[in-house]
Amino acid sequence: MKPNDSKFLLNRLSTTVADLPRSGIRDFFEVVSQMKDVISLGVGEPDFSSPWHVRESAIYSLEQGQTGYTSNLGTPQLRGRISGYVEKFFGISYQPEREILVTVGVSEALDLAIRALCNPGDEVIYHEPCYVSYRPLIQLAHAVPVILETDASDGFKVTAAKLRPLITDKTKVLMLNFPTNPTGGGLTAEEVKEIADLAVEKDLIVITDEIYAELTYDREHLSVAAMPGMKERTIFLHGFSKALAMTGWRIGYACAPHALIEAMMKIHQYTMLCAPIMSQQAAYEALRNPEEDIAVMKESYWRRRNFLHGAFTGMGLNCGLPEGAFYMFPEIKSLGVTAKDFALGLLESEKVAAVPGTAFGACGEGHLRCCYATSMEQLEVAMQRMQRYVDHLRE
Amino acid sequence: MNHLLALLKENARISLEDAARQLQMTPEEVAAGMEALEKEGVIRAYQAVVNEDKLAADTVTAVIEVKVQPEREGGFDRIASRLARYPEVTSMYLMSGQYDLMLFVEGDDLRTVASFVSEKLSSISGVTGTATHFRLKTYKHHGVLMDFTHETERLQVSP
Ligand SMILES: Cc1ncc(COP(=O)(O)O)c(C=O)c1O
Repeated sequence: MKPNDSKFLLNRLSTTVADLPRSGIRDFFEVVSQMKDVISLGVGEPDFSSPWHVRESAIYSLEQGQTGYTSNLGTPQLRGRISGYVEKFFGISYQPEREILVTVGVSEALDLAIRALCNPGDEVIYHEPCYVSYRPLIQLAHAVPVILETDASDGFKVTAAKLRPLITDKTKVLMLNFPTNPTGGGLTAEEVKEIADLAVEKDLIVITDEIYAELTYDREHLSVAAMPGMKERTIFLHGFSKALAMTGWRIGYACAPHALIEAMMKIHQYTMLCAPIMSQQAAYEALRNPEEDIAVMKESYWRRRNFLHGAFTGMGLNCGLPEGAFYMFPEIKSLGVTAKDFALGLLESEKVAAVPGTAFGACGEGHLRCCYATSMEQLEVAMQRMQRYVDHLRE
Repeated sequence: MNHLLALLKENARISLEDAARQLQMTPEEVAAGMEALEKEGVIRAYQAVVNEDKLAADTVTAVIEVKVQPEREGGFDRIASRLARYPEVTSMYLMSGQYDLMLFVEGDDLRTVASFVSEKLSSISGVTGTATHFRLKTYKHHGVLMDFTHETERLQVSP
């Protein structure tokens, strides 16, 4: 066996990594990227560039020569603003010196949180369909992923009734993401409270991914971390990628009791050292007066949500009105095809890309994730083409 | 701001049906909403935003700072309304600071604007001084960038 023999190398991979399935998103991306003139509803990021004052402040900080490392926790200025913002928007108060860690996106924060908490064999409950990284991150920490399946009939919600039977002696962590990627699902205050009560009763640690919190359309967003008895057992994760259109800067943060932040910080300091300083500067500027920037973009997503919902309903597809984020998760079961076949057929015959629901968990079968963070003009054309494809399938 | 007005400020040419679909309204409600905004004088006109630099005709735009002696009765408003009625004046504002009124004036050529200033503007009683600045190039007009817009590329599929 020689090192340039790929079998030789495959045999030497960590079995944990070798056994990890590839992301369904990547598979689909590879098909789409072979094609020209595709209208894509497959993106998971805003179609806005970051607000200009944010970009300008990063340019200025570079001109000032700010190119070094920062504190492992992130710059004190940024942590201060994060603390103020989380207090104002979510009503939860965290000390900037001890309870906040700036990370490379919520992506890193999720990894840190799970690794900081889990021993091999610990059970982590998370809800599917969900963001693609949850299950692999649990597996990479040698913990046991336990799926709570949500479905269209109840708006893709996690309820205490669904959660209770999944809790065992080994359950350590519950992961929540509302509004949810890919379904747009959200929770009422009542539902959040029931989950919180159960978490307290069963002594669970909760990781809440709040990345779409500001993009909640029809009611005030309520974080589980704000419920009585929850702050002390919750790792609150948030970032700048979605509501502030800052995906490429790679900045997120974790807020949690000091002991948990300290544990996450240990991993962060050895793997990441710190988040990039120029991005931290930009994030600091973004939180100067974020409400205005967010309101403009939110208004535009809200309009597009309404349009797309009308279009799917008009095609006769079952599709709840999503409460948040910028995704719609229409059901295509009635057409008698799998999500994957529908998505591939739609791509080939009409050049519209939408991600099969199964990329977000097996129970996403029969659904498509359509992101509406794409221009109205493109959405209109995409909906005409999709209508044609649906009509063709019904013939 | 109300949802309908925000939408119209971005795109005044949208059809009633399309606006309705985006705003959770019926086309009739959109039409009624627009009519109400017009009646209240909130919406004053629907116009195209034009990049003048692309037009062959070399029209001239000047910004004119005007100092006036406010009148005992009517303050600035009476004299302002007399100035605003000249068709050459495309925009006009009462300002704080060194001067009182700012006028945007458009003409076919330099001479037209110059004669507007020397013959019409300065002959109005109450006008005590003017300073005229000519526009060289438009970078942005009514919130719209004129030239340097470029598309950024996003990944076609991302998580
Ligand atoms: C639910 C959810 N969590 C986390 C992320 C990653 O966010 P970040 O860019 O902050 O790493 C995404 C991005 O799509 C997401 O949808």
